[in-house]
Amino acid sequence: MNRRERWLVMVVLRDELLALRSVDDIIKARHLVRDCAVSQGLSLVDQTKLVTAASELARNALVHGGGGEMQLQALNDDVRKGIRIVFTDHGPGIADIRKAMKDGFSTSGGLGLGLGGARRLVDDFEIRSAPGQGTTVTIARWQQG
Amino acid sequence: MDRIPILKLGPHLLVTIQVDMHDRVAMTLQDDLTERIVKERARGVLLDISSVEVVDSFIGRMIGNTAAMARVLDAETVVVGMRPAVAITLVELGMALPGVRTALNVEAGMAVLESAGKMAGHGRPAR
Repeated sequence: MNRRERWLVMVVLRDELLALRSVDDIIKARHLVRDCAVSQGLSLVDQTKLVTAASELARNALVHGGGGEMQLQALNDDVRKGIRIVFTDHGPGIADIRKAMKDGFSTSGGLGLGLGGARRLVDDFEIRSAPGQGTTVTIARWQQG
Repeated sequence: MDRIPILKLGPHLLVTIQVDMHDRVAMTLQDDLTERIVKERARGVLLDISSVEVVDSFIGRMIGNTAAMARVLDAETVVVGMRPAVAITLVELGMALPGVRTALNVEAGMAVLESAGKMAGHGRPAR
């Protein structure tokens, strides 16, 4: 494959950290993500999808990870604007990520829509986890132009 | 803590959610509402979510459970006023709220409850 390297200048406009320790912080996370999505010019539907995905992942960090943190970044490069959010917890981690991503899989008595559902609501989704290592989920939503 | 008010409208109850739904507020609402259904002998519940900007799987499950609990207590629930962006997001999330009746606004929801009441009226003992 002939792939041309291209320099992409990425500007971080905003970089914030929010601790996820109680259910109140899930609401704080939603407000922070909404505010950032509005200022980045995301459409109402895209704002709603991103805020909902963040709500799912913040709750996961709290319920399964015993708390953690959310890092929110507003990013611009020369062709697009976006938001990247990283959820980190130091909980037990996930042994079988593929299984955890499946709709309907739940260890908490919920609906098991959190991870798979969040993935469908964003453009980029990455999960890193191992037993005893905690879990890090990175999501991003982009807007062209 | 915020508590969501429950208003009595004839044989029905109207619940208008105007706060960003905190997990505990959602749980309290289930308790309050089921109690009021029994106390008021309500036939229907209108759950107005027109001010709600985000419904994640927890809140969606709460809505579905509330409707199921009301049904067990012989009251119909109609969820009204869902925002289009919320509807799109819920379906993509994988939650189409099966078994939950919906209407576009309170007026249409009331009409659904009224017609359900008439249909069920025959042979049903008055409360």
